[in-house]
Amino acid sequence: MADELKIKVRGLKKRFGANVVLDGIDLDVPKGKSLVVIGGSGTGKSVMIKCILGLIQPDAGSILIDGQEVVGMPARERERVMRKFGMLFQGAALFDSLPVWENVAFGLISGRGMNRAEAKAVAIRKLSAVGLGPEVGELYPAELSGGMQKRVGLARAIAAEPEIIFFDEPTTGLDPIMGQVINELIVTCVDALGATALSITHDMHSLREIGDYAAMIYEGKIIWSGLAKDIDNSGNPHVEQFVQGKADGPIRMPVRSL
Amino acid sequence: MIVVLQPVGRTFLNGLAAMGRLALFSLAAIRHCVTPPFYPRLMLRQMIEIGYYSLPYVGMTAVFTGMVLVLQTYTGFRVGAESAMPTILLISLTRELGPVLGALIVAGRVGAAMAAEIGTMRVTEQIDALSTLSTNPYKYLIAPRLWAGVTMLPLLVAVADVIGILGGYFVSVHKLGFNEGNFLNNIAQDATFKDIFSGLVKAAVFGYTISMMGCYHGFNSKGGAQGVGKATTNAVAASMILILTLDYILTELFFAR
Repeated sequence: MADELKIKVRGLKKRFGANVVLDGIDLDVPKGKSLVVIGGSGTGKSVMIKCILGLIQPDAGSILIDGQEVVGMPARERERVMRKFGMLFQGAALFDSLPVWENVAFGLISGRGMNRAEAKAVAIRKLSAVGLGPEVGELYPAELSGGMQKRVGLARAIAAEPEIIFFDEPTTGLDPIMGQVINELIVTCVDALGATALSITHDMHSLREIGDYAAMIYEGKIIWSGLAKDIDNSGNPHVEQFVQGKADGPIRMPVRSL
Repeated sequence: MIVVLQPVGRTFLNGLAAMGRLALFSLAAIRHCVTPPFYPRLMLRQMIEIGYYSLPYVGMTAVFTGMVLVLQTYTGFRVGAESAMPTILLISLTRELGPVLGALIVAGRVGAAMAAEIGTMRVTEQIDALSTLSTNPYKYLIAPRLWAGVTMLPLLVAVADVIGILGGYFVSVHKLGFNEGNFLNNIAQDATFKDIFSGLVKAAVFGYTISMMGCYHGFNSKGGAQGVGKATTNAVAASMILILTLDYILTELFFAR
C-alpha cells in the first residue's frame, strides 16, 4: 500500500475491564480506496471503527486522518474532522421519530445548517441514487423493510458527500439478492464520490465485491493485510480457515459440548 | 471479617463512582444547555410532551387531592374547621402537595418515557449515528429535555395549585356547606408570595431532576430490551427518591427557623 494514506492507525489498544478487545491495531487505508476488514464475531471490528470515529476513547495508540492526529483532539476540532465521515451502521440506526427524507437530510440540517427545503431536495436526490422513489421519503423507518432501511442508511451516509465512508456489516441480515444490490450501490456511491471506504464484514462475497484491499482482525490484532484479490492465496492459516469457513483450524470457537 | 467488609466496601466505592459519573454528566449537560447551537423545535416538542400531555394526569391528581384534603381536615378538626380550612388547603397545596405529587406523576410518566426513548436510541446505535452526523447528542437529546423539565414543571404545578384549591372549594362549599364568601376571602388573604414561590422553585428543581434522571439512565443504558427496561426502572425510582429527598432539603432552606 504505497498510496497516500487517508487513515493511518498505529498501536490502537482498547480494553473493557479485563477483556482486551484491541491489542495494538496497525491499519492503513489509502486515499480513494476501499479497505475491507474481516474477522469473526467479537474480534473487535466494531470497536476499531468506533475508536476511529471518536465514539469510543482508545486506551492507547495513534489515529491519523489526513495526517492529523485525532486521538486526544479537543471536542470542537473533532466535530470538524467528523464532517469528513459518513457511516452506514449495521442496523441502519435510522431515527425512528423522523420521516425518511429527514433522516437522510439530518446531517445537512442539523450538522451543517442547511435550510429544510434545500436539504429535502438533496435527500430526494440521494434516495433516488440508492434506488428509492420520492414517495419513500415521506414514510417512517418502521414502515420499511430491512433492505430499504439499509438503502436509506446508505443515502444518509452519502448525503453530505463525505471524504470517508464506513460500512459496518453492510449486508448482514439481508437476502443474497438484496445483499448484492447493497454491494453494488456501495461501489457505485463510493466511486461517484471518490471517497475512501472502510468496511467491516464477515461476508466474503461482500469483500470481493467492494474491497480493493483487505485485512483480517483476530484477537485484537491485524494478522494479515493485502490486496482483496489475494485473499484466497494469503498463506495465512487463520485467513484461509476464515475464507473457506472451516470449523477446524487455528481459530477456535468457544463452543461447549452438550 | 474481610468477607463481610469486601462487598460493603465495593458497594460504597461503586456508589461513589456512580455519583461521580452522574455529576460529570450533569455538568456536561448544563454546559450544553447554555451554549449554541440550540434546537427550539425539539425544545417546543418536549415542552408540549412534558407540560401539555401531563396536564390531565396532574390536574386529576390535584383536584382529588384538594377534595380529599378538605374532607380529611374536616373530619379530623371538627371544631374550627371552617375557618382553618382555606389556610390549610392553600399551604398544603402550594408548598407541598402540588409540587411533590405533580412531580411524582410526571416522573412516572415523562421520566420513564425519556429513559426508554433515549435508551432505545443508545442500544440501536442512533446516538452514535447523531455523532457521525456532526450533531452533539447532549445538545440534541439532553438540553431540550432539561429546559422543558425546568420550565414546564412550575407551570404544571401552578395550574395544579389552582385546580386543587377549586376541588377543595367544591367540597367545602357544596358538600360541607361552608360559607362561599368566607372561603374565598380567606384564600385571598392567606395567599403569600413565599408559599407560592417556594412551591414553584421546588417544581423547577424537580423538573430538572426528572429530566436529568431520564436522560442519564437512558443515555447510559446497555444491552438490548432488558437494558432499556432497567434504565427506565432506575430513572423512575431515582427520580422519586430524589424528589422526596430534595423536597425536605428545599423545605429546610425556605421555612426552617
